[in-house]
Amino acid sequence: MVQFPGSNCDEDTVRAVTRVGGKGYLVWHRDSELQEPDAVIVPGGFAYGDHLRAGAIARFSPIMGAVTAFANDGGPVLGICNGFQVLCEAGLLPGALMRNRDQLFLSRPVSVRVESTETPFTSAYRKDDILSLPVAHGEGRYVASSETLAELEREHRVVLRYATDNPNGSERDIAGITNQNRNVVGIMPHPERAVDSIVGNEAGRAVFESVVLSPAH
Amino acid sequence: MPRFKVEVKVMPRPTLLDPEGQTVEHALHALGFHGVKGVRVGKSLVFNVNESDAENAETSARAMCEKLLSNPVTEDFAVFVTEIL
Repeated sequence: MVQFPGSNCDEDTVRAVTRVGGKGYLVWHRDSELQEPDAVIVPGGFAYGDHLRAGAIARFSPIMGAVTAFANDGGPVLGICNGFQVLCEAGLLPGALMRNRDQLFLSRPVSVRVESTETPFTSAYRKDDILSLPVAHGEGRYVASSETLAELEREHRVVLRYATDNPNGSERDIAGITNQNRNVVGIMPHPERAVDSIVGNEAGRAVFESVVLSPAH
Repeated sequence: MPRFKVEVKVMPRPTLLDPEGQTVEHALHALGFHGVKGVRVGKSLVFNVNESDAENAETSARAMCEKLLSNPVTEDFAVFVTEIL
C-alpha cells in the first residue's frame, strides 16, 4: 500500500489484506522501490490535502514511477477512492473524478453492482452481485469524454456501477472501472471498511480475497 | 533575464456540470441578483517567472498547465503574461 502525506485509509487497507490471509505492507511515497509486491493498492484519504485537484500532486511522487512500471508490466494495481483519483491523474485509468453533483461530502453505504469479475480485484465475486459498500468522498463524480465512456461500456470495463441511486452524479452511474489490460482497477467505495462482521458488513472482503487467494500471475 | 508575471485561469469545461457554479447562482438569486445566469467557478494561479521573452514565458506556462496546473479531461486554461518592469 502506497502511503502519501494525507493518506488515511492505508492502515485499514493493510489490515483488510491481513484479514483474508495475505501480507500487506506500507511503502512511503518518497521511496523509489516497491519491494516486489504481488499487487499494489493506492488507498483512500486526502493525499497532499487534495490541493490543486485530488491526486494531482501525488501522481508525481517518486514512488509513482515504480507503480507505473509495475502496472505497465501487467501487475495488479487497485486505487480506492483517493487512490482512484491518483490513478486517473497519473493516466493509468481514463477520465477524472469531479466534485459531487450535490456539493456534499457523502459518507454512507451505497448499493453497487459488480459488473465485471474479470479483474484481479473482483474475481471472487459473481457477475451482477449487488453489494452494500460505504462511500466517503466529496469528489466522486466520474466523468470522461463520450468516446471514453462508449469504449468503457463496449469493452466491459465498468467494474462497479451504482445500483439503486447514483450518489454523486457519476456518468453512467460508474462507481469503478478497469484499464484496457484489465490489471489496473479504480473504485470509489471503500471495501476495506467492510471486512468484519462486527461492523455489520463483510461485502468488501472479496476484493481482497480476489487478489490474495488467486494463483500468482 | 527579464521577469514576467503569469496569471493562469483554469475553468471547468463548458460541457461539464458545475455544481459549485449552480450553488453560487442560486445564492445570488436569493440575494436579489435575479438577472444572473450561467455562473461557473474556476481558479486563478499567479506567479513570477524568469524567461528570455514573453513568448517563452507563455510557452513555459502552457507546459506547466499541460503537466500539472490543469486537467485536460475536466478543465480548460488560459495564460496571461505581463512583463514586470
